[in-house]
Amino acid sequence: MDALDLARWQFAVTTLYHFLFVPLTIGLVWFLVGMQTAWYRTGDEKWLRLTRFFGKLFLINFALGVVTGIVQEFQFGMNWSAYSRYVGDIFGAPLAIEGLAAFFIESTFLGLWIFGWEHLKPKVHLGMLWLVAIGSTASAYFILAANSWMQHPVGYRLNPVTHRAEMTSIFKILTNSTLIRAFGHTVAAAVLTAAMLVLGVAAWHLRRRGDAELFAPVARIALWATLAGGVATVLLGHTQAQLMTKQQPMKMAAAEALYQTKDGAPFSLFDIGPWEKHPSKSLVSIAIPHGLSILADNSWDGKVQGINDVQAAYVQKYGPGNYEPIVGVTYWTFRIMTGLGFLAILFAAGGLWLARVPGRLERSDRFHRLALVGIGLPLVGNLSGWLFTEMGRQPWVVQGLLLTKNAVSPTVGPWSVGLTLVGFTLLYGVLAVIEAKLMIGAAKAGPDAAGTFAPDEDGRAPRIPALTY
Amino acid sequence: MLTLAASTHGYWNLQTLWFFLIVVLWTGYFVLEGFDFGVGMLLPFVGRDVRERGTLIRTIGPVWDGNEVWLLVAGGATFAAFPGWYATLFSGFYLALFLVLVGLIVRGIAIEYRNKRPEEEWRRRWDTILAVSSAVPALLWGVAFADMVHGVPIDAKGDFTGNLLDLLHPYALFGGLTTLALFAFHGALFLGLRTTSVLERRAHDTAVRLALPASLLVFGFLVWTWANAASAHDKGLVPGIVPIAAMFLPFAAAAFVRAGRPGFAFAATTVSIALLTLTLFLNLYPRVLVSSTGNAFSPTIFTTSSSHYTLTVMSIIALVLTPIVLLYQTWSYWVFRARLGDGDAADVRSPLELLGRTPLGKQQH
Repeated sequence: MDALDLARWQFAVTTLYHFLFVPLTIGLVWFLVGMQTAWYRTGDEKWLRLTRFFGKLFLINFALGVVTGIVQEFQFGMNWSAYSRYVGDIFGAPLAIEGLAAFFIESTFLGLWIFGWEHLKPKVHLGMLWLVAIGSTASAYFILAANSWMQHPVGYRLNPVTHRAEMTSIFKILTNSTLIRAFGHTVAAAVLTAAMLVLGVAAWHLRRRGDAELFAPVARIALWATLAGGVATVLLGHTQAQLMTKQQPMKMAAAEALYQTKDGAPFSLFDIGPWEKHPSKSLVSIAIPHGLSILADNSWDGKVQGINDVQAAYVQKYGPGNYEPIVGVTYWTFRIMTGLGFLAILFAAGGLWLARVPGRLERSDRFHRLALVGIGLPLVGNLSGWLFTEMGRQPWVVQGLLLTKNAVSPTVGPWSVGLTLVGFTLLYGVLAVIEAKLMIGAAKAGPDAAGTFAPDEDGRAPRIPALTY
Repeated sequence: MLTLAASTHGYWNLQTLWFFLIVVLWTGYFVLEGFDFGVGMLLPFVGRDVRERGTLIRTIGPVWDGNEVWLLVAGGATFAAFPGWYATLFSGFYLALFLVLVGLIVRGIAIEYRNKRPEEEWRRRWDTILAVSSAVPALLWGVAFADMVHGVPIDAKGDFTGNLLDLLHPYALFGGLTTLALFAFHGALFLGLRTTSVLERRAHDTAVRLALPASLLVFGFLVWTWANAASAHDKGLVPGIVPIAAMFLPFAAAAFVRAGRPGFAFAATTVSIALLTLTLFLNLYPRVLVSSTGNAFSPTIFTTSSSHYTLTVMSIIALVLTPIVLLYQTWSYWVFRARLGDGDAADVRSPLELLGRTPLGKQQH
């Protein structure tokens, strides 16, 4: 492996790892907002106990999201200095805005929320959580603005003197059609991810006949959120795919292992190609006739471009070279991602069907076990989605403008990249084990006992301590 | 490649504005996370047991993450305003930066996970990790900034051509020791202001003990910086109130803390850190790094900057948002202004115990 391969591995490891925690943060904080707002409005202690219980899980997860995010801010300069020089004019801006407009809000007000239970009035304290939710959601918008520009560059010009891309319109960058859809898709997937965690934890406690009064309503809410999040993720993903057919036809064709351009292209369900990086055809294919044309073009006989034709067109346009991603990877990551999305919808619908008879959700052992397994599925789906969208853009790092191989730091040798790759991987591995143990421990420990926050004999409200320490 | 001649652009340009905005961001970072680092490093010396150390960590608990965002924004702003600087600096200082990142990751986890379990052994282990992982970046930031001013091998294309050993010469190591000691001193003063009784007394004693070494290191480092700049005939050299004040303020802090004026002492280290940072950047200006290969290769704010359009957009955004950030961060320090005493960070094991305890932060108003 050379420095380029190692740098790509490092980006994949550090970024995918970071993204294990991010959707859970963004999704779970809105659950907390809902719970604490319910407590504020009804005064029902149940909501307070739930806020603090899921708040603890949120914080364990948040910590790893924060610390692995530091690496994200610097690794473009470290491993991708040629990229940084080329796109910094455009790419750096949303990163800086993310810090100024989102991270400051998120971190400052989270500190106030964790420690401010007895320093702030309940209304102000609730406001802190709202601000954390807004800040973390806003951060997704700005970082996706940066990523969307790599998928579909807009609002720029190429400077003929410096040979760098330069920004001509921040407005176009922040309203990129790719960004709008990616943001919706990502936030919906974040809600789905958090909903399935809440559902799994609630099911675990229901299974042990613990606190049904608390967890049965939560499980119902989480089922509805899973359904809504799942449907929104899939529908927005569908609009993304339609846009991608126009903006990144190679990625769409590679997602379907569609080699020949077709009118009325079929939607592939199962496909095996020759075991090589860039095969030119597939061997076995089970497909729904006309399916892809309907999905990609809303028409029975719409034309969908195949890999071989896009490749030929790109050679014409960009010069000799191979412009195909690794089809085996794009094809299967796309299927894992979409498959899990549909599975989540089915599961939520099944759970809601069960829940229409009072008490069944609380007692169904099979449902409880499935819900526990379900915690991990959105995480796999999220990672598959990013693998697909980033691997599907290869060999480009910025679609049509800059090749990945030309983006790497020219002066950082393979030993340096290799050493830090091993270092980050080991460190992240250890932290993952610690994090998982803490999460499981806190989830099992359950919420504070009922009555913890009830007024004392003199009718005084109790002290609500900071969430940690 | 443009050279220093580009400085004929004068001072009224967006590049200069952004250079100083980045100075502001690094200053905010060093002043704020400086005492976070100090608190972490001093944990084993000021806190005698797990319980006391818990109280010490709680002084920075609500604010450390917000303090660290100053670093992220400094990084992002450098990327947006000076992509060439961002690219050369972070690919050049590669392994050093990796160690800083590992330190910051481990440190954040230590602060956040330490109290997630009740076992003493668990907490003691994280306390040790927190002390070490606070010292590593406190040292390495000084090394890195000394290197930026001192010069590292950079070629005509603006790429770093040296290795890790090029970053570890005596002046850079001296710079590292300087920030290490200054942040520890700053942190001891911070703890003295944020705790009560025995912890306050011990923090005060620690500050007194650190005062002289920290002051001498800052003094020595700035004299060395001055001598380097003078011998290189740097136009960026600024003899004057900034470095001189930075040099003498730690001595003033030492006098204040002995005189029982910890607030003034903390203000003095705060300003000293800010002026030390400013001195180094003024020494650089209009360069962003110094090339030891040849002065003509030193990248400048003009050779590394973004386009006029990007700088304009970012100026508007930064000038609107930064004051707002300062306002609400200041407010968060105000909310948590109450000093913490021994026992404030003890565990709540049962609702009964919870009801029996005095409310936090009420004793000192």
